[in-house]
Amino acid sequence: MSNTYTKFAVSLAVGAGLALGVSAANAETPKSGGILEFVVPGKAPSYDGHIETTYAMIHRVRPFYSLLIRVNPDNPSDPSDFVCDLCAGAVPAATENGTKYTFKLQSGVKFHDGTPLTSADVKATFDKIIFPPAGVASARKSFFKAVKSITTPDASTIVFKLSFPTGSFIPALATPFNFVYSKADLDAHGYSWHKMNINGSGAFKFVQHQKGAFLEGVKNPDYHLAGRPYLDGYKAITSAKMALSIQAIRGNRAAAEFRGFPPKARDDLVKALGNKITVQESDWNCVLLGTPNHKIKPFDDTRVRQALTLGIDRWSGSKYLSKIAIVKTVGGVVFPSHSLAATKKELMTLKGYGADIKASRAEANKLLKEAGVPGLAFTFHNRGVDQPYKIVGTWMIDQWKKTGMKVKQQVNPTPVFYDTLRKKKSFDVSVDFNCQSVINPIADITKFLGSAGNNYGSYEDKPLEDIYNNILKSGDVAEQRRLIRQYEKRALSDEARMMISLWWYKINPHRSYMKGWKIAPSHYLNQHLDNVWLDK
Amino acid sequence: MRGSIRAFVTVEDTGMVTVSEIQVEEQFEDLSPKTTFMGMISLMLRKQPLGSFGAVIVIAMVFMAVFAEILTSIDPEDNNLEYMLTAPGEMFFLGTDQFGRDLLTRIIYGARTALFVGFTCAIIGSSLGLVLGVASAYFGGMFDLIIQRVVDVIMAFPLIILALAVVATLGPGVENVIIAITIPFIPQCARVVRSNALAIREIPYIDAARALGFSHVRIIMRHMVPNVMAPFLIMLTSFLGQAILLEASLSYLGMGVQEPTAAWGLMLQGGAEEYAESAPWVAVWPGIAISLAVFGFNLFGDAVRDTLDPKLRSQ
Amino acid sequence: MIKYLIKRLMLLFPTLLGAAILVFFLLRLVPGDVCEIRLAGTGLYADPAEIELCRKDLGLDQPIFVQFFQFLWGYVTLDLGKSMWTGAPITHEISLRFHLTLQVALMSTFVAIIIAIPFGIISAVKQNTWIDYIVRWFAIAGIAMPSFWLGILIILGLLIGTQEFFGEPWMPPIQFKPIWEDPVWNISQLIWPAVATGYRYSAVATRMTRSALLEVLREDYVRTARAKGLVEKVIINRHALKNALLPVVTIISIEFAFLMGGLVVTEQVFNLNGLGRLFVESVGAQDFNMTQQLVMLVVLIFVMMNFFVDILYAWLDPRIRYS
Repeated sequence: MSNTYTKFAVSLAVGAGLALGVSAANAETPKSGGILEFVVPGKAPSYDGHIETTYAMIHRVRPFYSLLIRVNPDNPSDPSDFVCDLCAGAVPAATENGTKYTFKLQSGVKFHDGTPLTSADVKATFDKIIFPPAGVASARKSFFKAVKSITTPDASTIVFKLSFPTGSFIPALATPFNFVYSKADLDAHGYSWHKMNINGSGAFKFVQHQKGAFLEGVKNPDYHLAGRPYLDGYKAITSAKMALSIQAIRGNRAAAEFRGFPPKARDDLVKALGNKITVQESDWNCVLLGTPNHKIKPFDDTRVRQALTLGIDRWSGSKYLSKIAIVKTVGGVVFPSHSLAATKKELMTLKGYGADIKASRAEANKLLKEAGVPGLAFTFHNRGVDQPYKIVGTWMIDQWKKTGMKVKQQVNPTPVFYDTLRKKKSFDVSVDFNCQSVINPIADITKFLGSAGNNYGSYEDKPLEDIYNNILKSGDVAEQRRLIRQYEKRALSDEARMMISLWWYKINPHRSYMKGWKIAPSHYLNQHLDNVWLDK
Repeated sequence: MRGSIRAFVTVEDTGMVTVSEIQVEEQFEDLSPKTTFMGMISLMLRKQPLGSFGAVIVIAMVFMAVFAEILTSIDPEDNNLEYMLTAPGEMFFLGTDQFGRDLLTRIIYGARTALFVGFTCAIIGSSLGLVLGVASAYFGGMFDLIIQRVVDVIMAFPLIILALAVVATLGPGVENVIIAITIPFIPQCARVVRSNALAIREIPYIDAARALGFSHVRIIMRHMVPNVMAPFLIMLTSFLGQAILLEASLSYLGMGVQEPTAAWGLMLQGGAEEYAESAPWVAVWPGIAISLAVFGFNLFGDAVRDTLDPKLRSQ
Repeated sequence: MIKYLIKRLMLLFPTLLGAAILVFFLLRLVPGDVCEIRLAGTGLYADPAEIELCRKDLGLDQPIFVQFFQFLWGYVTLDLGKSMWTGAPITHEISLRFHLTLQVALMSTFVAIIIAIPFGIISAVKQNTWIDYIVRWFAIAGIAMPSFWLGILIILGLLIGTQEFFGEPWMPPIQFKPIWEDPVWNISQLIWPAVATGYRYSAVATRMTRSALLEVLREDYVRTARAKGLVEKVIINRHALKNALLPVVTIISIEFAFLMGGLVVTEQVFNLNGLGRLFVESVGAQDFNMTQQLVMLVVLIFVMMNFFVDILYAWLDPRIRYS
């Protein structure tokens, strides 16, 4: 943990999890036994963590697998606190000027099929993720651009060599999608086998999956962490609608849902069930953005884009929307409770973040007039998901209307939505989002670069790219912080390439008898369930 | 006898219909130009107290839809976040939704959306069905065969499945919802109209008209269409309620009308379930509005059918 | 009769082929791509090369007519293909859910019949009395009320009601167990959607029973029976009802076919893992293979139901066979 991330080790204010009714879970001795039943919205395309990007897969499948390192399960809100999962001892520090990481593996770890887990398996796994052969998909290989080679001096040692030192290597390694597969499986069945089959070394073994109904796992007695898991097994129940997930917890058909509920749902549950419900809350490393299409007039005009961001009253939105949607925090390009994030004072200097909304809207109208499009009319392109997309969309449209613009909404189901963003590029202004697992601001903010693969604004901004390259090269946190402010100001205010709405806020009301689980700032993190137990 | 019963099946849900000649001839007499429109209405009022009640609901809805701007001065799309989820009371007669929008206003404007979708779908669907059905019966032969096979195909799909598939293709939104609902209506109406028109086609004076050299269009418009007005009107009224329900279902699935437009089905979808307990009014009013509207249209439609179809008239 | 049967059976094929063409090409017009949502579901960047790879894997890179031919050829070889989303065989995915949908449809039918037949009869016999008006009112309300709304109200009512009376909120199970494994669990889950859809269904059937019976009551032979001085009850049970039942059976069987594919919305409300939800999900995920096979299944059920009803008619009424 060298470099930037050690220096970021500033404890976070939010995310500690505020427990209602029940005192701290850690003080109690965990009990063994029981089956945990929880609901999962959405459906998993496949079981292969290396190619998937959805929590719908993580929540169901993560407990079957181990990672090399993981976010500390007891302190998941800290973006710099990593612990060993398959490796032994503490997470090693880099050597050779930050370009070499040497991991010692725990001995005696076995896959569910009985084969022992060695460094060869870890190497095969990361070779698949970082250097996939032609024709093999890997969703996160770009996270590991710095990795030069992976070697295994012996059966319990694995060495990563980097071509340049980077603070983003360890967080990338801890990404919960990096399931360690067995080399024997990869050799015998090929690279597609894990899409449909499961053989991990995690706390639970796969039992059955009734598609669309539930997925079931049973305790792995040979799990490498002594005494774990506490549960005898778990059942991930598919739930089609958020309302039903809430009702299921209320009617005790499920103990929890791990994505997140809006505050009203939390209040209803607490009101109905009192201390039988425990609530954990955290800032969430996801944010909804608005992307103007620079290829479509008049959104090629900086003044028009600025007017769009000026019309949005983020501070009042935070106050009210946080009651009905899973969003809350006003922020800039960086995850709000991170030390690299802008302070409120710094934010207020950006266009659209001012305290006086009337002044902002007057300025917006002035800019629109100057640009020759007073009372601008356009269509807002949104994604057909209720929380928080459609809620935030309805709010943003009203904000622009209050500024004097005429806005229609076009909501598309997910596939059509992507098609419009990526291929047709026919939208005026579209909702967009940046949602990551391990908090890694330097990597996360690439979203705003016109050259990024997940940027749909169709613009080139050389100065912005230059600032980003300086951020990458800089080893000093204060310097990085200063550069990120420049980057933020250019991306959000001076050029208004994109506008940020509100950062998400994760609220997980769960049955109080489920203990040991701690909320993380991402719905991808801390879902291995080996520390969860039932107090029944 | 059975013929008229089976025509009734068509009205309800699907259609696989053959209508006997007896029935058609009676309708033929019944609907000769001598029966005036006002006569039909007065007959309906006397014989159909339930139907009249339905008519009252329909008229009230039309009134709300037409005079929405006069009935309420509030903008149905205007967010007042500080008043979100306010209970019904003096300030907001029916309460507000999660964006602080006045529910009464949204119900009133929702009537506009519902009627717009309902009438557009019903009128276009049944009119195209009328044209296709009559043409199919009049020309017969290959044309009839092809049209009937196409009708078979479309009618083999459950309404909601076909509508969902069409919306998936075109994308959500009012216009596309209308198309998606109208398409399954066309063959339903065409099938019923055709079976009635077939019988009229057999009547000698149509042949006489052809012998006199009248154009196809003239024969169809002057002699055939007026005589299938009864099944046409029956289908049209039954489509009205169906279209409103279907639009609500599509909107509930997120595939229909989109925010911030005021629409009843959408009001049930956008958070109504999540807030149904702490703010029951959010889920109750739109549900009642839909039910009442469809209820009204069905009562009205029944009455129209009973009035037009002599077989179903009470003794 | 055999000749009519064969003739009627042959008519099924053009319908099924037409449905296949319609659904296949309609789905191909949907913008978007199953590979893109699979690979970039949560906004991460998806490599175009990987998307190409996935498309190749699923056969989406082939010319559209080749794909169509493969789709049809699947019926010849009895291979319905694999889900583009999960990669599991479609027959497996459908069989998982078929049972649930079938049971709900059967239970709804049962609910509908026990309501519709007595109500329909009483309404016809007491035509234009207040009983008739109440029954018709009740029936039309059933058609008017969106069944998903009724479903929402039922779940909420259960949660709030049980908490009020027993102190613990209770809701129907959200996981399916077959009736032979756990009948109590099974019924306590499925009775609610069965009631929510059965009400609407019964409303349609009640109206049918009523009007069919009214028709028959006006027939000459019923008048004759009345003239003979037979007791009204005997007339209804022995003469009228038997003849009025045919259209009622028709509407019930057609509604049943409709339920097998049309429970789309109710299954959402009650979290039922049935065919309707599978349809919504596979349309949403652009899983063409799954969607078209599902639609074809529903169409087949529908067409077969119609076929049997027609045969029934032809069998009972020889005139139809020769027309």
